[in-house]
Amino acid sequence: MTKDYQTITRIAGPLVIADKIEGAKFDEICDIELPSGETRTGQILEVDGDKVLVQVFQGTEGLDIKNTKLRLKGRGLELNLSPDIQGRIFSGLGDPIDKAPQIIPELKRDINGSPINPCARNYPNDFIQTGISAIDGLNTLSRGQKLPIFSGSGLPHARLAAQIARQAKVLGGKDKFAVVFGAMGITFEEAEFFMSNLRKTGAIENSVLYINLANDPAIERIATPRVALTAAEYLAFDLGMHVLVILIDMTNYCESLREVSAARKEVPGRRGYPGYLYTDLASIYERAGRIKDKKGSITLIPILTMPDDDKTHPIPDLTGYITEGQIILDRSLDRKKIYPPIDPLPSLSRLRDKAIGEGKTREDQPALANQLFAAYARGREVRELVVVLGEAALNDTDKLYLKFAEQFENRFINQGENDNRSIIQTLDLGWELLSILPREELKRIKDDMYEKYGKNKTS
Amino acid sequence: MINEGQIIKVAGPLVVARNIPNARMADVVKVGKLGLIGEIIELKGDSASIQVYEETAGLGVGDPVISTGMPLSVELGPGLLNSIFDGIQRPLPELLKKTGDFIGRGIAVNSLDRNKKWDFVPKAKKGDKVSTGGILGTVAETSLIEQKIMVPPGVSGTIDEIKKGSFTITDTIAKISGKNICMLQLWPVRKPRPFAQKLPVCEPLVTGQRIIDTLFSLAKGGTAAIPGPFGSGKTVVQHQLAKWANADIVIFVGCGERGNEMTDVLIEFPELKDPKSGKPIMERTVLIANTSNMPIAAREASIYTGATIAEYYRDMGYSVSLSADSTSRWAEALREMSGRLEEMPGEEGYPAYLGARLADFYERAGYGICLGTDERRGSFTIVGSVSPPGGDLSEPVVQNTLRIVKVFWALDYSLAYKRHFPAINWLISYSLYLNSLENYFQKEVADDWGQLRGDALRLLSEEAELEEIVRLVGEDALSQREQLVLFVTKSIREDFLYQSAFDPVDQYTSLKKQHLLLKVILTLYGEGLCAIESGVEIEKIKNISAMAKVARARFIPEDQAPKELADLEGLIKGEIESLKGAVK
Repeated sequence: MTKDYQTITRIAGPLVIADKIEGAKFDEICDIELPSGETRTGQILEVDGDKVLVQVFQGTEGLDIKNTKLRLKGRGLELNLSPDIQGRIFSGLGDPIDKAPQIIPELKRDINGSPINPCARNYPNDFIQTGISAIDGLNTLSRGQKLPIFSGSGLPHARLAAQIARQAKVLGGKDKFAVVFGAMGITFEEAEFFMSNLRKTGAIENSVLYINLANDPAIERIATPRVALTAAEYLAFDLGMHVLVILIDMTNYCESLREVSAARKEVPGRRGYPGYLYTDLASIYERAGRIKDKKGSITLIPILTMPDDDKTHPIPDLTGYITEGQIILDRSLDRKKIYPPIDPLPSLSRLRDKAIGEGKTREDQPALANQLFAAYARGREVRELVVVLGEAALNDTDKLYLKFAEQFENRFINQGENDNRSIIQTLDLGWELLSILPREELKRIKDDMYEKYGKNKTS
Repeated sequence: MINEGQIIKVAGPLVVARNIPNARMADVVKVGKLGLIGEIIELKGDSASIQVYEETAGLGVGDPVISTGMPLSVELGPGLLNSIFDGIQRPLPELLKKTGDFIGRGIAVNSLDRNKKWDFVPKAKKGDKVSTGGILGTVAETSLIEQKIMVPPGVSGTIDEIKKGSFTITDTIAKISGKNICMLQLWPVRKPRPFAQKLPVCEPLVTGQRIIDTLFSLAKGGTAAIPGPFGSGKTVVQHQLAKWANADIVIFVGCGERGNEMTDVLIEFPELKDPKSGKPIMERTVLIANTSNMPIAAREASIYTGATIAEYYRDMGYSVSLSADSTSRWAEALREMSGRLEEMPGEEGYPAYLGARLADFYERAGYGICLGTDERRGSFTIVGSVSPPGGDLSEPVVQNTLRIVKVFWALDYSLAYKRHFPAINWLISYSLYLNSLENYFQKEVADDWGQLRGDALRLLSEEAELEEIVRLVGEDALSQREQLVLFVTKSIREDFLYQSAFDPVDQYTSLKKQHLLLKVILTLYGEGLCAIESGVEIEKIKNISAMAKVARARFIPEDQAPKELADLEGLIKGEIESLKGAVK
């Protein structure tokens, strides 16, 4: 029998300190039993002699020093896994909340996982068609990639994520596909939007949802992304499925981490976030990927809201350093009623060049995408010039760029929420828009490509 | 048990243990029942603080700690090239065999293969007097690189016996004054390997990247930093350097970076051919991968592991270049350990000794005469990338790095935003090696090399001033000459500085072609200026038909470049000449 300790000496924020504990291990899980009989889950953050520091996932409200009991579980935080998790809804710690029976586990896994050996990784270079031109054409997503959406409060990131989840497919592939959804601190409406979206298309059958709502315990959120990714690893590398993981909202996760760090009185890094935020985020994001000799893959789309739309805030900043690019939503595009309001200029997919072109999408895409970027960037510069000087000061070429930028936003970036464009449609649309500009402005395009794809559009 | 210590505290990667027998500062210890690898970083009374290079979950109070009595060392010998190691030199393919696709814990593996036999060809003979660094013989390590087997540190005397034939790295190959010598050497990672004499640098590291070679050259044995916000192309620049730089040996340290990036290197490098020899680049490369999700303490060690291996090849007389991507992640590892040790923090939570540690690391670079008697010269170049939070160059890691390094390639987000790559900002970047290298360029490339570079930089900085005016009052307000400057600098930017890392021709440009290309563009300025003075309108100059060819000039293959570029220069001169004629 495991021993009950009634030796709690201090409770501070989400943390509990207890002493006279024997044989406690770092990272071990313990049960915390309240006098009322309610049991909460804690995780040991530090062992110092016979003293332990425990973070309580469900919060410390109602705990007292005298009567609360602590029981070591002798293991880390584990998740029950079986093929039956598909189609189910769980709490942020992995307990079922959909009124269906408990999962009978085929196996249990520690939610921290282990790093993938870089030698075992396979490079993500299979194009995923999301049906969204601004992503497929310019910032292409690959299977096994981690590509976050940097959003701001009030922007339609949830709609965009749902559209990607609905439409994403690999060209010519008939492999098994699954969606794992991890929600940290989002509102009931947002969660419901996703669920109803998945239900509508029947995708819920191959989805697993781990939901921690805004009114659920904040510390539980620290476990949620790891729980979701442990399930994803199981589906991908044990069952051979292609898994799309959506984590929303990483900002809430980081705030919980900061809360624990502050309670531990750690030396803070920027803006009060702990100095190890980069490493901590990496231990989540880096779990995406493909493994040689394994069929499945994990593609990760974390969503975060940039506080005050500030890209240099530590959360988007450190995320950008770990992930393979970012999709940035822009408020001014949103105000022009352009959906999805993806600003292609600061957005980036680092794996794009390996996933597009001959044999993947179409040979003209690399040059075309570069040219579209360059031309749109120029168009935006001209637009700023107009603000200062007025349109009359523009020369003819600049006027064409201005026209190009307008058309590009309204026809290329802008599309319907149910508009599922094939990559060929996207590319042809790109050429059509480039025909606004004269040939000598298209410096990034070599003659052979222009002859083959551009000429008939520009004549 | 008396000969083991006990854990008394576990906090993340930091473990405190008591009563470790013979505990010495910086010794490697085995922690817990799994025997996790750790290093002693602080001693206080009978307790020792240990940074553990593996995940510490499951460790508890009372678990055993044993000292190995050795500082953290790397194994040096044949078999280093073509390998991929983690931060503490464990070969990743071996880990893969032992624990599968995910990295397990407490695995002890040899860094170098003990069973593989190498053909040792003696160069010294019985009776020779040798000392540390003297060359005993060679081993063809790969088809590209011959490893020189040197007399190990601290050994000198007369060769009693030297063998020839096939040996493993632990077999005896020679006897020096009664001492058995094998090919394997050990060297503590935190201690620089000595030069016989350090010398000033004199030769450029040719990278084939136009903005680097022409404007901000790096010297063999020099140091450079690439700071830049995410998405500005740091890693692409690092990869280009690793692929194309004319170093004999390339060490690539992926320090706390993305797993898929290392995979990219692992997949791409074996397929890439060395531009000179046509052999796979991997044959001259050592990769050290400690990705961001691998244990943080091993990240701290990884750059030292890389530097020690680099110095070993430098000692053989090779030119070695080391890319560390990214030193910010290394500094963060330092910060995390410092925080756990409850040290007083300096700026932004970084320890007060951050600057000193960075200086120690970069100072290991250099060019000089190697130990031994043959006066061979080796060089070790370090290129470190820095990832400043929010792209803020005033943060401590950037500032401390800039105090030490001599070349600064500032990556600029606004250039990357316009998809101008490499996004090195020409206005704030610098190289302090230009004077030391001037001789080389004049002798090997062209007399007017320095002249052209100066002209190009002057025009570019004038462009920046003119741009401000244009933004306020429009281009028409500028004089004819100023409009010509803008026209020429646009061409410098788009046709010279812009370089695609993915185009088979454009990704590498020889010094000769770089010179010719720049000369063509600057001819445009020289001739254009002359024409404007004789009354030719700037618009006419802008419309000469040669411009289309200038825009495609960077795609001209190396073998045709001298002729075609000379023709192009002629064409420009001719066209502008005829414009002048038309005015008269």
